[in-house]
Amino acid sequence: MNGLRPDLAAIAAHVREGARVLDVGCGDGALMVALRDQKGIDARGMELDATNVANAVTRGLAVVQGDADIDLADYPDDSFDYAILSQTLQTTRRPDLVLDQLLRIGKQAFVSFPNFAQWKIRFAHMFGGRMPVTKQLPHRWYDTPNIHHVTIDDFKSFVKERGYTIEGEWYLAGAKQRGVAMANLLAEHAVFLLRR
Amino acid sequence: MKRLICRKAMSEDGRFGLDRRTKLLGPVRLDSGVQFAPVEFAYETYGTLNADKSNAILICHALTGDQYVASTHPRTGKPGWWTRLVGEGKPVDPARHCIICINVLGSCMGSSGPASFDPGTGEPYAMDFPVITIADMVRAQAILLDHLGIERLACVIGGSMGGMQALTWASLFPDRVQSAIVIASTARHSAQNIAFHEVGRQAIMADPNWKGGNYYGSVDQPDAGLAVARMAAHITYLSEEGLTQKFGRQLQDRETKTFGFDADFQVESYLRHQGLSFVERFDANSYLYITRAMDYYDLAEEHGGILAKAFSGTRTRFCLVSFDSDWLYPTIESKRVVQALNAAGAAASFVELSSPFGHDAFLLDAPEMNRIIDGFLKAGGL
Repeated sequence: MNGLRPDLAAIAAHVREGARVLDVGCGDGALMVALRDQKGIDARGMELDATNVANAVTRGLAVVQGDADIDLADYPDDSFDYAILSQTLQTTRRPDLVLDQLLRIGKQAFVSFPNFAQWKIRFAHMFGGRMPVTKQLPHRWYDTPNIHHVTIDDFKSFVKERGYTIEGEWYLAGAKQRGVAMANLLAEHAVFLLRR
Repeated sequence: MKRLICRKAMSEDGRFGLDRRTKLLGPVRLDSGVQFAPVEFAYETYGTLNADKSNAILICHALTGDQYVASTHPRTGKPGWWTRLVGEGKPVDPARHCIICINVLGSCMGSSGPASFDPGTGEPYAMDFPVITIADMVRAQAILLDHLGIERLACVIGGSMGGMQALTWASLFPDRVQSAIVIASTARHSAQNIAFHEVGRQAIMADPNWKGGNYYGSVDQPDAGLAVARMAAHITYLSEEGLTQKFGRQLQDRETKTFGFDADFQVESYLRHQGLSFVERFDANSYLYITRAMDYYDLAEEHGGILAKAFSGTRTRFCLVSFDSDWLYPTIESKRVVQALNAAGAAASFVELSSPFGHDAFLLDAPEMNRIIDGFLKAGGL
């Protein structure tokens, strides 16, 4: 999975060969290409940005322009083995409803997001007294697409509250995977595999 | 070498080339129950069918389009209507593809339509021509493709009514259609679509020269009615933004309003010109029949209203494109199709492109549309 964003590489490594996959917020289709070339998966994608959709189509991918908050409702129940939402949850208007849709459409769901409780962000907040701007979260408070900041612990309790099960969890600092211990403090990104 | 031989063989094959005409026995089994025969076809082909016949692309034309997709129109002298997409170096390229474009059943550029002669009477059919549907047009095209020895289409491409045909092709003949590109189109005519068409039809039928459709051979043609029909329809092909950009409230060759009913405004003059030039190349009865076919079009109807069932089990790859300023077949209609394709598990792509030009955007310069079509075709090995 060379050149793939670390959270996508973690997802790609754990998707079953030949599975039916919907990549929500697929961008230009990088993960879909990796799944196709390395696991023989004919994935489907959804993406908000028209230029990204066009780029994905020219790569031979089946991608429809759509908004996770609205258009996931169009997919039938159980139409995929996995629904994937990478680095998109924090940009949705209603992450709770989006998660419900993912686990209605897919038997399982991969969700990855930047951890807002990572120590650098806490540090910037605590001592800077300002909304943090870091390499991992480079936007300023007024132009950030990330409208629902979430931490690993928030997400875990939220998943429990919704009655879903965590089947896998992977934590990343930079491009490296790291352990579960103190993940909420030390991990920059988290990847979860959920089921109903 | 193989390619050269094939090319030579085809150049001697009268079935392929520009401005082809043929009459086939048929019959076409029409949705109305009529068995229509014989069937005349006017069509063009560009490029060469390869040895394994895997490079055939069918282009379907819109309501007032014709088979001259990439060659000069014999009546108007204008270049083909989709030369921005079809031609040397374009996404649909005769150097690589065998391109077929067929004048639809009911039209007036050489395929069977109300102006054709009824072999039973020796007179033009006029209003005795059977009412046809989009599916009937597609079934007729399938008969011609059989005649050309083309079993499988690598792609069916169409905008507007052409897109309706492409969807219908994929639904009626899933095994014959490897991929379909549907642009600025819909899976059903809406009440508003039908309403605009009815205005056009009433304009034609209110013209005293229409005479119940029996105007062929007469000096007086229902030109006024047909021109009004075209003017009304033409507004639906543009957008308010496009009209404002192009004309605004500017006056036509005058400094002030005339306080009369001349074409004071540029937009009036433009519409009148559109109407008048249209009657030079189109038959009023064909306009009635084809608009009727479009109004009857609802792909979900024979599937209990569930559009997904029109595509169940399909292995065709789909690519849909809509334009944000198109209010004739707005994005929501393309999304309905995409939703149905998703439900059917089809490999579907969809993108809404931005353009100020309304429904007509697909016929104008649309580099992003070309890029998507090119990428989609190449990804399919074309």
